Amino acid sequence: MTLRIRNLLAGATVAAGVALASFAAQAQGTIKVGILHSLSGTMAISETTLKDVMLMLIEEQNKKGGLLGKKLEAVVVDPASNWPLFAEKARELLTKDKVAATFGCWTSVSRKSVLPVFEELNGILFYPVQYEGEESSKNIFYTGAAPNQQAIPAVDYLMENEKVQRWVLAGTDYVYPRTTNKILEAYLKAKGVKADDIMINYTPFGHSDWQTIVADVKKFGSAGKKTAVVSTINGDANVPFYKELGNQGIKATDIPVVAFSVGEEELAGIDTKPLVGHLAAWNYFQSVENPDNKAFIEKWKAFTKNPKRVTNDPMEAHVIGFNMWVKAVEKAGTTDTAAVIDSLIGVSVPNLSGGYSAMMPNHHITKPVLIGEIKADGQFNIVSQTPGLVVGDEWSDYLEGSKDLISDWRAPLSCGNFNVKTGKCGGAGK
Amino acid sequence: MSKSRLALVLRHAVLLLALAAATLAGGQAVRAQDAADAAFTRMATEAFPDIEAGINDLAASGSPRAQPALEALNDSRLVYAPSDKRVFIKMPDGSLVDARTGAKVEAAPTTRPVRVNNRVRRAIEAGLGALTLLNPDPAKRLLAAEAVFKSRDAGALPALDAAIAKETDPKVKRAFAQARAAVILTKDDSSDADKVNAIDVVADRGDQDALNLLGAAAAKSSQIVKVAADLAAETIKRRLALLSGIQNAWYGLSLGSVLLLAAIGLAITFGVMGIINMAHGEMVMLGAYTTFVVQEFLRTKYPGLFDYSLAIAIPLAFLVSGAVGIVLERSVIRFLYGRPLETLLATWGVSLILQQTVRSIFGANNREVGAPSFMAGSFDFYGIQVTYGRLWIIVFAIGVFIGLNFVLRATSFGLKMRAVTQNRRMASAMGIRTPWVDSLTFALGSGIAGIAGVALSQIDNVSPNLGQSYIVDSFMVVVFGGVGNLWGTLVAALALGIANKFLEPFAGAVLGKIALLVFIILFIQKRPRGLFALKGRAVEA
Repeated sequence: MTLRIRNLLAGATVAAGVALASFAAQAQGTIKVGILHSLSGTMAISETTLKDVMLMLIEEQNKKGGLLGKKLEAVVVDPASNWPLFAEKARELLTKDKVAATFGCWTSVSRKSVLPVFEELNGILFYPVQYEGEESSKNIFYTGAAPNQQAIPAVDYLMENEKVQRWVLAGTDYVYPRTTNKILEAYLKAKGVKADDIMINYTPFGHSDWQTIVADVKKFGSAGKKTAVVSTINGDANVPFYKELGNQGIKATDIPVVAFSVGEEELAGIDTKPLVGHLAAWNYFQSVENPDNKAFIEKWKAFTKNPKRVTNDPMEAHVIGFNMWVKAVEKAGTTDTAAVIDSLIGVSVPNLSGGYSAMMPNHHITKPVLIGEIKADGQFNIVSQTPGLVVGDEWSDYLEGSKDLISDWRAPLSCGNFNVKTGKCGGAGK
Repeated sequence: MSKSRLALVLRHAVLLLALAAATLAGGQAVRAQDAADAAFTRMATEAFPDIEAGINDLAASGSPRAQPALEALNDSRLVYAPSDKRVFIKMPDGSLVDARTGAKVEAAPTTRPVRVNNRVRRAIEAGLGALTLLNPDPAKRLLAAEAVFKSRDAGALPALDAAIAKETDPKVKRAFAQARAAVILTKDDSSDADKVNAIDVVADRGDQDALNLLGAAAAKSSQIVKVAADLAAETIKRRLALLSGIQNAWYGLSLGSVLLLAAIGLAITFGVMGIINMAHGEMVMLGAYTTFVVQEFLRTKYPGLFDYSLAIAIPLAFLVSGAVGIVLERSVIRFLYGRPLETLLATWGVSLILQQTVRSIFGANNREVGAPSFMAGSFDFYGIQVTYGRLWIIVFAIGVFIGLNFVLRATSFGLKMRAVTQNRRMASAMGIRTPWVDSLTFALGSGIAGIAGVALSQIDNVSPNLGQSYIVDSFMVVVFGGVGNLWGTLVAALALGIANKFLEPFAGAVLGKIALLVFIILFIQKRPRGLFALKGRAVEA
């Protein structure tokens, strides 16, 4: 028995050694791309898809002949929805695998966890998810929406089209909803909404018993003024929330809910009939009609071998980010971090919503803002689209302490938090 | 004037009158058709405001083609041809019918669906409401009254008056009167006296919608109407405040039953056997996935049996989770009896393995578990919305509790189980195979957790993380109730559920939960053995 185990172990070691050797041989002459998305734990539900889309993009690029004459090689690591592990895995990618760029993170807390690592080791991270803003790092490129590219246009839409006067800001209790709601509250008050007409509610992650809160919303909505819910409720908790709205007979025509974290992927697992008419604001919907998007959806379905797979906004952000990176590397003629960071600014690539997205000096991109209503088949009916592109605003204009800040990573300023009032780099914030 | 001349004149006059009436009616029909035609043309566009205006015109046109077209639009079956701006109704068999004439179209042009957003949907509801007020089905009439009550569309007033005059069903009649009052209240040119009368009718409803309407009316009326509206609103508010107390108690009962279901299996494994089983939540999760598999199977093979899917899933979930429980007990836990810390770590590891296994098999995404028809929907109980799903879960939780008590009290297995927990060595000396009883007890606890999973799949997401959200709550319930006591678990689950729901409106969901945790910590300091402490030899052992 022991002998057998020892033999087995020896065999395994040899096999591992051979595998490593062939791996190393293969790695010569390739450019490595890190993929830092949770494949297990709570966030796996959202992040696994992003890993798949990156693999698809890399495979496609290799079919086109790679980059700078070399093949791209994906290095996939699993930070397991564990925030400190994100930092460890980022360090591993940068020091051990020496990746040229990393695509990853979903939650803000994971991004905050890897930020010092990327700054210390001078790496490049593309972050594909809508977030709360109030941050700008030299080493991070934000391809998701800042609050002014999602939350504020959504509120404007409700004000103009639904004549909403009373607002429920409901969110999960963590940094993204809290900051977004702070910005929204300031914005609404600036628009003349009284404090009595704003109700703010936070719930824990994965909250499943919404009976009381929905009853409260119903009560709040019966003051004779048109009421809407702005939802920054994240992930799983959305499903029982919408179910409870349906149970208590609140229809979208009575109290519409506009959500910033509910997309095609989240709707794929639930019965969407009671949700028809509720809204979501994104920069991309699968139902956008244009040839680029159609081709992308077909490629995605073929790649995943699943004709029912859906596409969503963070996936589009990765497509934009990856194409920008490819273009910047080609422009710079090297994968050297400093050169790529410089050449990324000003790069413009087609997005899937029809039009071009450009990387701005603040490391955020330009995007159109789309508002969609949920349809019975789990897709979105696009009811509004901004006529032009919106530039991501990293430091909100509606918050004290951040409204005087700007970010510009071009020389000679090269600063993520330049205070225009004092004329100094490093004002409030980080 | 002779008699005959008079008759002649009269005859002429009658003829003339009849002729005039005929032309008038014909003209009206033609005008209705013209208005409907114009409305249809207006709807053949991509712009929402035009579609909305088109719907309003169509509903007001009086054309008999309005209702089928609006119904089709409501089911998103209305399409238009961008080339010639004609509007068609798509029939269920795929053929097209011209919305204007009702005639079948042979050569189908390329069409696009008429788009719908919330404003358009509101216009449809209002239009259909006014058009279906005279529907022969009383349920439909009730819905129509509700729609008019919400839309407060002044255009519906004549139709409403006609409908009230004809109505015989008292319930529908009252709904009509309330809808009429809502229209009067928000119409700018109604007199104060009418408005005050209307306030009385509306106040009769006594619900949130009435409050909403009174608030809106008070904001834009004369002083006297405002006072009446405020007074009525005050009465409704008092009634609602009382109701919200009852409602919170009901919600608390519902949450308590969920906690009871989640914790009752743990009351066996932790409470009776003393095993800190961190994989308990995963047993619940396995039960939920069993339900999913059963439903998928039924959906593809025997769709007619779908309503029985939960009944089929319950024994299967018990077997699946119970079997996993036996394997877990035989392979891991039995080596760790008496070492609670190691058990905790080992079972936590097992819980991660189970989660990842399920994630690998079923994917990380949520799985959709449907509700059988008897569990869908809700009914109104004196102003409280009672959902059937929640009601059944309460019934089910009580059923499981009684069943488990029966097993423990009245079966030979229950007797052996109690004997082993109370005095293992004595039980062993009496010829009971204690390791065997241990295994089965653990399997029972796990199986009950699986059954709980069937119920929880109805209200929570079926995802690999399902169990995690219940594990802390379950331990809280068992510890608070007193380890080793089923009645303690029952009381603790209900008490925590109700306390949570009464705290939530004041403190918010997050603070409410923290407050409860703090309370339990303090309580355990005072009474370390929980609400109902076991007495006797078992305690000292």
